Amino acid sequence: MTAPFAILAVLTIAGAVAAMGLRHLVHCALALVVALASLAAVYLQLDAQFVGFAQILVYVGAVAILIVFAILLTRSGEAGTQPIASPSWAAGIGVATVVFAVITGCVLASGFTQRESPAAPDVATRLIGEALMTQFVLPLEVVGLLLTVALIGGVIIAMRERKSEVTAALGEAGSIGKRQSANGNLP
Amino acid sequence: MMDQILVLLKQWLVGWFPPALQPWVSVVLTVAAILGVFGALFAVATVFERKGLGRIQNRYGPNRVGIPFTNIRLAGFGQPMADGIKALIKEDFVPATADKVIHFLAPLALLAPVTLTFAVLPYGRNMAPIDLDAGLLYFFAVAAGSELAVFMAGWSSRNKYSLLGAMRAIAQMISYEIPLILSSVTVVMTVGSLSLVKIVQSQDFTLLNAQTGQTSLLPNWFVFTPWGLAGFVLFLIAATAESNRAPFDLPEGESEIVAGYFLEYSGFKFAIFFMAEYFEMFAGGAMAATLFLGGYTAPLSWLAWIPTWVWFFAKVMAFIFLLIWVRGTIPRLRMDQLMNFAWKFMLPMTLLNLVVVGLWHFLGTGVARWMVCSALVLGAYAALGRGLAGRKIGRRVYQFAS
Repeated sequence: MTAPFAILAVLTIAGAVAAMGLRHLVHCALALVVALASLAAVYLQLDAQFVGFAQILVYVGAVAILIVFAILLTRSGEAGTQPIASPSWAAGIGVATVVFAVITGCVLASGFTQRESPAAPDVATRLIGEALMTQFVLPLEVVGLLLTVALIGGVIIAMRERKSEVTAALGEAGSIGKRQSANGNLP
Repeated sequence: MMDQILVLLKQWLVGWFPPALQPWVSVVLTVAAILGVFGALFAVATVFERKGLGRIQNRYGPNRVGIPFTNIRLAGFGQPMADGIKALIKEDFVPATADKVIHFLAPLALLAPVTLTFAVLPYGRNMAPIDLDAGLLYFFAVAAGSELAVFMAGWSSRNKYSLLGAMRAIAQMISYEIPLILSSVTVVMTVGSLSLVKIVQSQDFTLLNAQTGQTSLLPNWFVFTPWGLAGFVLFLIAATAESNRAPFDLPEGESEIVAGYFLEYSGFKFAIFFMAEYFEMFAGGAMAATLFLGGYTAPLSWLAWIPTWVWFFAKVMAFIFLLIWVRGTIPRLRMDQLMNFAWKFMLPMTLLNLVVVGLWHFLGTGVARWMVCSALVLGAYAALGRGLAGRKIGRRVYQFAS
């Protein structure tokens, strides 16, 4: 284990723990960003430039923003008051330990430790691009299609919501107006 | 000789140290040079901006600050020093309800990624600090980190205007990031590499002439192709929007939301936000020059005696000049105009440009590809522009002039 890896490992784990343990959801999201960025740095340590930069671009640049927006749009800004520790923690820790043990067992049994790691190629990004455009072009297209479908679906949902919101708001205003005229005062 | 003088100077300086220390000294020298040059450029650019805006608005701009206790006035170029000292000795005000830790971290989290983008730019021949194989991707990945910093600043201030400014900034940066990246993909498709050094080398016609044995009159810059011109303009617009400059300065919008996400910052933290904005401008200009204007290469072969790093910074400063000019000329967009422009004009144009660059590659060399590609770009531009403005294609009618 090298010193950079040790630093990155500590950062990743600290970020992940903080993401679970902090009171305020926005703080949790920012701690998660620390963990994700450290993971990207681990990829860079392994000479995987493309994966590392893509991780930063996608997770720090887009997914973190998405999480933060989702928090701001759905929750109030204040931190929760209920205690962080809950009885379900014990079960959760148990399940997590078992999963971790299984994965560790599988990795150790796979002969991964004996395998020689290949030398890092000079133009790794070009190789990835060529593989994506030739061998894996069909999966790439399918993923692209899926994302397009999701995008169009999102737009359609947003459009419908706006229309129904308008009608609902109109209906509500109408009913409030009726009630007001019936009762003669504000509800 | 002049071209490589900075490289030789660095080698000479590094040579004084014991071999064990040499890699570290080399790194420190490079970083110090980048920080020093861009810090100085920031100081000069603020004066240029204020004086330029002054000229456009028919006034003088700063012209008072000079050397203390003398009558020497330095034509206003002492202003950044005075501003820097003022920022340092001002009270660092933090709102009582602010999230103190995040409020403190936000300016650093904004400045750090923007400064990191300078690491991959080729400033001159043999003058790229690091030649990463995925250099362009590194640039965009690192720059994407600044969005979160903007959110941190806006949210932690506990101010409605700050949060509104942050929301506007993030919406704008995400929307314009897509055209920004897609317009630079055209260059990657042509060069076949994400390395910025390779991108510049493929536009360097002294190198190309040596290979083919011909001398071409036009420089081999990508901006002199139909797709390159379209990509260059789209990239410039998107880069302006990314750095939140006028006319895309809705996140700051003094008349609406006071100062946006950095409203609750004072003293040197405010100066850091200011600096990050300028650094983003430099990075955008440097990237536009690298991708489309041949980076550090000279436009004509008889101008090649001017050092490459002079050409590079001349192109960056030309971009800064353009931005100041635009800021003094064009009024701020409305939010719906901003979004419509990004999604209904910029995105279709960049996507079409990808098709055009593919055609350019497969149509061979000749007049045919110039005609087809130009027609496609211009046709799409006219159709989209007219269609979005709600006008029919035909003769333009001026409502008030005629």
